[in-house]
Amino acid sequence: MPSRTAGRAAGRAAGRRTGLGWLWLPLGLCALFLYLPILVLVAMSFNGGGSAYRWDGFSFRWYAELARDSDLIEAVVTSLGIATGATAIATVLGTLLAVGLARHTRSKMLEAAAMAPAILPDLVLAIGLLAFFYMAGIPKSALTILLAHAAFGTAFVVAVVRARLAGSDAALEEASRDLGAGGFSTFVLVTLPSIAPAVVAGALLVFTLSLDEFVIAYFTAGPTTETLPITVYAMVRTGVTPEINALATVLVLISVTVVVVAARAVRRTEKS
Amino acid sequence: MPTRSHGGLGARLRRGVEPAVLLGPGLLFYAVLVGVPVGLVTGYMFARRGRFGGVEWELSLDNFSRVTDSVYLEVFRESLGLALVATVISLAIGYPTAYAIAKLPPRWRTVALVLVVVPFWTNFLIRVYAWIVLLNSQGVLNDVLVGLGVVDERFTLLYTPGAVVVGLVYSYLPLMILPLYAAIEKIDDELLEASTDLGAGRVRTFLGVQLPLTLPGVVTGSILVFVPSLGNFVVPELLGGGKTVMVGNLIRDQFLKAQDWPFGSVLAMMVVVLLVLLFLGQAWVTRRVEGGARA
Repeated sequence: MPSRTAGRAAGRAAGRRTGLGWLWLPLGLCALFLYLPILVLVAMSFNGGGSAYRWDGFSFRWYAELARDSDLIEAVVTSLGIATGATAIATVLGTLLAVGLARHTRSKMLEAAAMAPAILPDLVLAIGLLAFFYMAGIPKSALTILLAHAAFGTAFVVAVVRARLAGSDAALEEASRDLGAGGFSTFVLVTLPSIAPAVVAGALLVFTLSLDEFVIAYFTAGPTTETLPITVYAMVRTGVTPEINALATVLVLISVTVVVVAARAVRRTEKS
Repeated sequence: MPTRSHGGLGARLRRGVEPAVLLGPGLLFYAVLVGVPVGLVTGYMFARRGRFGGVEWELSLDNFSRVTDSVYLEVFRESLGLALVATVISLAIGYPTAYAIAKLPPRWRTVALVLVVVPFWTNFLIRVYAWIVLLNSQGVLNDVLVGLGVVDERFTLLYTPGAVVVGLVYSYLPLMILPLYAAIEKIDDELLEASTDLGAGRVRTFLGVQLPLTLPGVVTGSILVFVPSLGNFVVPELLGGGKTVMVGNLIRDQFLKAQDWPFGSVLAMMVVVLLVLLFLGQAWVTRRVEGGARA
């Protein structure tokens, strides 16, 4: 009976796949290593006492403190503004660049140049931008951070969208042109819908990267600009309070949500 | 793009305009915000320091000779050492983990990969801070060690080179696991079976077949951990307590404290040159392995 043999073969293959044996050990240890620090932070955020390290009874006290911390809230608003602006610029420029690279050139140099800001060490880009804004006489502010984030964000959008375009051929676009559509309508009606999931994924990527980005922001921020990472840096340096634990818990919750939502959104759009 | 010859002058003109419209804005944006800044840093290497930051445009090669100062050589030695240790530990944790993930059933593979990525998407400073909470003398790790009777007295693990290494490994481990996973997952199981069928033991199969085939992943992962470790100034500062100075700290200080931009530029470009050399090495390894597989 062929089906039974096939079934047995499949079963054997599955057995080989699931029979991890000793491999559970590194998997478990790695999970412990990655998540223990985060779990401790989350647990400590409900600490009633004043120490960030020593448990002193359960309380939501530090979440209340967090909600009252006007400096922190201001930093969150600044960060969200920067991330929104940088995402808008990076998504538009990155998508155009990726389509241009995929459909109009075979230059490896251009391809490498388009990815360069993502590969360049952040510290190098940071000092370069510091030097540039200084020489150009542009005062450092939230706007300079926004432009800096848009620059490296564009490279990430290019990477994601370019990967998607590599899997699709240009036949649909050529058909659209042959049927008389212009370049613009072909782009909006044919190209864009086919790369939409990648564009959304790229935009989400830039948004989260910008929210978390510290080094470039630290170098290109004005004296009074405080993004969320800059504020966290100051908090950690000047003295650790349990308030940071509460903030950390909120941030972890947000990033988990974003990762899960993004993964689902991409899978759903790819299915349809 | 094969250019097709139908269409009149208008169509041909449009075909020329289109690449310009698509590529132009992005490349212009890059030229201003990436090209000019990197060009400036390159130029700064040959200039003299300005009194209050900035530079005096006078040709000078002093910045290069300062690099060989014993104080700085010591910093390079320590940073390269710490970054290397962090890379080796990441590889030691990352390889078995990536291998195990590749052997999971497909459904669980995705879950495991998401679990690897999630910490990476949480705020970098928060992840570093978590280790202050863990390693502090009043921290959880001490509670456990004292509770189990492993040590008699509380001690701080914080502000040591070891803490810096732990922080670096924790920060960049996902960047090691992902390329390793991609390389391991690509291997045809039959190659490994062929090796064991021909009488090679598990160790020999691993060293002779599995490891060479996954070498590009090993190299990529190692670069992705090593280079950012060198340039990191936050981990040495927060977990090393300022006692451990790495190249990243040195560069940061030249720009924001000492106001010696030319010397800072030389240090930064050294990191870039190292990165380029490592990537060339990676390309070479990948070509050799893929060429070998095809032959």
